[in-house]
Amino acid sequence: MTTYKTVFAGLNHFEKGGVEVINDNPKNYVFSNMFDVANHAKPWEKVAIAKNLEYVLEVIRAEGVSSWRTTPHDEFALVMDGEIVIDLLDPVKPLVSPSASGSIAVDGEPEGKVMGKVVARRGHLTLLPAGRCYRMSASSPSVVLLQTVFGPDTVERWFEICQKY
Amino acid sequence: MTNTSIQLGDAPNEHGYRPFTLGGFHFERDEHFVHVQWPTGRHVAAVEPFLKALMRDVAWNFFYGTVNFDSVIGTVNHYGNVDLFAGRFNEEYRKAELDHSENFPHDEIKETFQAILNDWVNEEFDPFAAPMETGSAYGEKTGSNGAAVTRTRIAAKRMVGLPADEPLRSDESGFPVNRAFHDVDQSEPDVDVVPGYEDEVSAFNFFAYLSRSDVTWNPSVVSVCRDSLLCPTTEEFILPIIHGNDRVEWFVQLSDEIIWEVEDRETGKPRAKVVMKAGDCAAMPADIRHQGFSPKRSMLLVWENNSADLPDLIARGEAPTVPVTF
Repeated sequence: MTTYKTVFAGLNHFEKGGVEVINDNPKNYVFSNMFDVANHAKPWEKVAIAKNLEYVLEVIRAEGVSSWRTTPHDEFALVMDGEIVIDLLDPVKPLVSPSASGSIAVDGEPEGKVMGKVVARRGHLTLLPAGRCYRMSASSPSVVLLQTVFGPDTVERWFEICQKY
Repeated sequence: MTNTSIQLGDAPNEHGYRPFTLGGFHFERDEHFVHVQWPTGRHVAAVEPFLKALMRDVAWNFFYGTVNFDSVIGTVNHYGNVDLFAGRFNEEYRKAELDHSENFPHDEIKETFQAILNDWVNEEFDPFAAPMETGSAYGEKTGSNGAAVTRTRIAAKRMVGLPADEPLRSDESGFPVNRAFHDVDQSEPDVDVVPGYEDEVSAFNFFAYLSRSDVTWNPSVVSVCRDSLLCPTTEEFILPIIHGNDRVEWFVQLSDEIIWEVEDRETGKPRAKVVMKAGDCAAMPADIRHQGFSPKRSMLLVWENNSADLPDLIARGEAPTVPVTF
């Protein structure tokens, strides 16, 4: 009977595939690898690796402690490598308009009520609820894939991260 | 203009299977093959891949854009009504004027396709299962498999695992870890919730959830950010349809490897192969069709934009073909 081995990847162990062109432009596929992107990113940069009109998937290199952020809509954080601690806080007053898009940084320590804490490891998905504040920390370099909307801190560097030839 | 001529099965043939008619299309099956006839031509297809494609078309409500069962037969979703076609996206059929297409109200074509599945899927065959996890689709009629052919696509309203949303999977709920994912960590995240915030402080093991999927090539909605949907799925063997995109679609390979064959949506001419390994991310442009091959059961994140504005943008030709230019 076959013993199957599931292949996951991480910051220090990934192998990229690629686009093998027959009659097309490889740029059309916007092909990248999230661990390659995270290896070249600064801590807590929000680098878009997928974009569909206003929506994005961002890769975040988690390292140290992030600033507090608040989000006008639900976001979802999937840990792809390492371990992340996520603190959640209910602010005393709204810090972002519900009609805004993407999360925004909060100056300093927001006032509010502690909601709880999540310790998430590889493969764990966490809700970052609308209207609340969150802060992430990672004791060693880790990777988060964030489902969100294009926001003021979304970084686009498609030419650097994607296959061109 | 929509067609309303429908016949949901006359008397069974010598193999036990009923024939079906929808507008100008007539469907029959025997022990090995499905036979499709239309006013200008005919087509024969092996039963197993045909039923696997038909199953997904029904369960996905005709999905986004074109669902090609093979190089000849398929459907185009207009979100309220649906084209059933033969040869429409096959350059040679069009040149020979053998192609044919008819438009039907959504409910009518769905009712017909569901009736075909109810009658033609035998007791031991599950069209959603991996080849090594189901019995044969072939042979004379032996019972039916209503539980398998009436599955619906799981769609979380906010996130799987939240109170009043789609439940997690477990041994107790009938979802054991799949044979190919026994090495996937099943530990859950540590979640400390202050009372009163149970609806908002939530996390779960997404990879463990996927490792317990009992179906293949069936994206289900796990989290919702406005119209952005994370739709993960587990894949093994061959995607039973060739999906013709009407909008940009994104894939993130979470584990293992899938090889995508990409063809021109209109003609079927090859354009590229996309090899995706764990951590890779790629867009499928809106003018192609694609079919995936997964040598080992793998985890794929399909990311969709479910905006209600998109069909109109698509109809006006204003939806972008590629997601970004650089």
